[in-house]
Amino acid sequence: MNNKSVLTRIKNWNLLLPVVSLLLVMAVNIIHDAAIGANPLSFFMITLRQTTGNGTILYGRIIDILNRGSEVAILAIGMTLVVSSSAGTDISVGSVMSLCASFCCMLLAGYGVSSTTTLAVPLIVGILGGIFIGVLCGMFNGTLVAYFHIQPMVATLILFSAARAIGLLLCNDLIVYVRNEAFGFFGGYIGVIPTAFVIAALCIIVTSLFLKKTAMGMYIQSVGINPKASRIAGLNSKRMIFMTYTVCGLFAGIAGIVAASRITSADSNNIGLYFEMDAILSVALGGNSLGGGKFSLAGSIIGAYTIQAITTTLYALGVSSTQAPVFKAIIVILIVAIQAPPLRAFFKRRSAAKQVKGAAV
Amino acid sequence: MKTKSKMNGHTILLLITIGLFIVLYAGGCIAYSSRGFSHLQTFLNILITNSGLICVTCGLTVVMLTAGIDISVGALIAMDCMILAVGMRSGHNAIVMILIVLVIGIAFGMFQGFLVGYLEIQPFIVTMAGMFFCRGMTAVICTEQVSITEKTSKLFYDWANAKINIPFGGYLNNKGKYMVPYIRPSVVIALLLLLFTYLMLKYTKLGRAFYAIGGNAVSAAMMGLNVKKVKMVAYMLSSIFCSIGAICYALNTMAGSVSQATGLEMDAISSAVIGGTLLTGGVGNVIGSFFGVLINGTISSIVKTNGKLASSWPNILTAALLFVFIVIQSVFAMMRNRKK
Repeated sequence: MNNKSVLTRIKNWNLLLPVVSLLLVMAVNIIHDAAIGANPLSFFMITLRQTTGNGTILYGRIIDILNRGSEVAILAIGMTLVVSSSAGTDISVGSVMSLCASFCCMLLAGYGVSSTTTLAVPLIVGILGGIFIGVLCGMFNGTLVAYFHIQPMVATLILFSAARAIGLLLCNDLIVYVRNEAFGFFGGYIGVIPTAFVIAALCIIVTSLFLKKTAMGMYIQSVGINPKASRIAGLNSKRMIFMTYTVCGLFAGIAGIVAASRITSADSNNIGLYFEMDAILSVALGGNSLGGGKFSLAGSIIGAYTIQAITTTLYALGVSSTQAPVFKAIIVILIVAIQAPPLRAFFKRRSAAKQVKGAAV
Repeated sequence: MKTKSKMNGHTILLLITIGLFIVLYAGGCIAYSSRGFSHLQTFLNILITNSGLICVTCGLTVVMLTAGIDISVGALIAMDCMILAVGMRSGHNAIVMILIVLVIGIAFGMFQGFLVGYLEIQPFIVTMAGMFFCRGMTAVICTEQVSITEKTSKLFYDWANAKINIPFGGYLNNKGKYMVPYIRPSVVIALLLLLFTYLMLKYTKLGRAFYAIGGNAVSAAMMGLNVKKVKMVAYMLSSIFCSIGAICYALNTMAGSVSQATGLEMDAISSAVIGGTLLTGGVGNVIGSFFGVLINGTISSIVKTNGKLASSWPNILTAALLFVFIVIQSVFAMMRNRKK
C-alpha cells in the first residue's frame, strides 16, 4: 500500500518529465561510452586542465554542458514567465540576443569599426547599453501583446525579423570584433568555473527569490490561468503581461552579451540563431503547459540543460550539427504527444476500466 | 444594410493593402524610372522570384483561417528541393521526382494535421518540430549544395528556362533591341494554385468549413462539422501547396541546399497578415495574401534597384509594415468590441 503511494507521488511530481529525460540522456551516454570501450562513467568525470588561454579550468562533459547551455537557460527563465502569463511564446528572443550583442559591440568598438582591441567607451556602458536595448525590445513586445491584444506569436514576429536586421545595420553589415580581455570575461572563466554558468545561476537565483519572496509568481500564474478573473480580483493583468515580456527582453539582452563575449565579436547573422526554438523547447520539456498558467522554473532550467546535454550527446555520437535537428524534432513530438489531452483521457479511461474490472472480480 | 455589412473593417483592410501596393509600386516607378523600374518586366520579375512564396502563402492562409499556424514550410521547401536535386542527380526522371515530392508533402501534412487535429497539440509546437525535422533531414540527405544542371535532367532544365512571352508591354533596350516581356512556367503554376484556392475557399463546402472552424470551433462542431478532420485537411493542403511551391522554387534556384529558404515561413506569415488574414482565424482570403506577397516583393525589388541600401532593409521595412497592419487590425477589433 505504501509502495503505491510512493509511485503516485512520483507520478504526480511536476519535475518528472525533465528529470526522466535528463536521466535518459545520461543513460545513452553511459551505454555509448561502454560500447566504444571507454570508461562508462567518463560522462561524469570532471578534471582540472591547463589551457593556454584561460589558465587552469575545470574540464569535463558536464562542465561543457553547463557552460554551453547557459544562454538557453537564461532565455528559458524569461520564456517561462511569458508562456505562463500570456499563453503565448516570445519568438523574438534569438533575434533580440543578436541585436543586443551587435549594439553592445558597436558601442565598445565605435560605429563602422570592424575590429578593435581597445574599447571606445567603458565596458560597463557597452554592457548596460546592450541590456537596455533588450529591455526596450521586451517592452515593445509587451505593449503589443498586453495593450493591443495581439497574439504573442505575431507580435513577436515583428522583432523576430527586424531585430537581427537592425543589428546588421548597426554593425554596418560587418562582423565586429572586440578582442579585449575584459570583454571576453563573460564568456570565459572565473577561476576554474565558466562565467556563463555563474551568470545563469545568478539570474536563476534572483528570479526565483523574487518570485518566492513576493507574490509575483502567484500573480503571473493567476493571470495566465484566467486574465479576466484576475482583473476582477484586483490584479492589473495587462501590466503583469507587459512586465513578463520586459523581463524576457532583459534576459535576452544578458544572454546576447554572454554569447557575444564568448566569441568576442558580434556575428549578427549567427548569434542566437534558433535559440528561441531551444528556449521554447526547454519550457515544454520542463513539463510546463504552453497554454499558460502554472509553471515550474526549475523544470525549465533542467529542460534547458537537458537540451544542451542532448546536443552534446548527439555530437559525441557523431551526428553533425546540421543533422541534429531531426532528433530534436522526434523528441519534441514524443514529449508533447504523451502530454496531449486526448491521449491522457484515453489512458485515464483505460485505467478506470481496469479498476472497474478489478472491483467486479 | 447590405452595403454596410459588406464594407466592414476587413474589406477596408484589404483595400488598404491593395492601395499600399499600388502606392509602393508607383513610387518605385517614379523614383527609378531611369533604371527601368517602370517596365512591365519588373513586375513580372517580382512574380517570377516570388512564385514559390505565392504557393506557400496560399496554403498558409488556409491554415491560418482555421486559427492555426504552419512554420514548417521553409524547411519543407529545403527538403523537397534537396530531394528533387539529389533524385535527378542520381538519374531519375523529373516527373517521377515531382510525384515523389508531392507524395512526401501529402504524408508530411497528414502527420502534422493528425497531431494538431486529433491529438490537439498546439500547431506552433507541431510545426516547429516539423521544421526541425525537415531541416535536419535535408542535411541527412546531403550536406552539400546539389545543383540541377542540363546534364542531370534535360526536362527540368528546359522547364526552368522556358519563357512564356507576353504580347504587350515590350520596350526597346539601350542597344535599341526590342525586349519582349516574359514569365516562367513557375508563375503559371503559382497563379493557377492561387485561383484554385480562391475558388475552393469561396464556393466549396470544405472552404467554408475552414472559415467556420476558425471563427468558432465549438459552434462549428455543433453545426455538425468534423472539426478534427477539417483541421487535418488544412495542414495537408498547406504541405501539398508547399511542395508545389518547392517545385517552383527549384525551377528558380536550380539547386538544393541545407540553408535554402530559411525564414521563408516568416515571409509567408507576414504576407498573409499584411493581406488581412487574422491569426485568430476565420477572417481573410488569398487575394489579400497575394497582394501581401507582392508588397514584400516590391520592397525588396526597390531596395535591389537602389543598389546602395544595406541588404537588411527589406527585413526591417517588412517588419515595420507588419507592425502597422497588426496595430490597425487590433484597433479595428477593439472598436468592434466596443460597439457590441
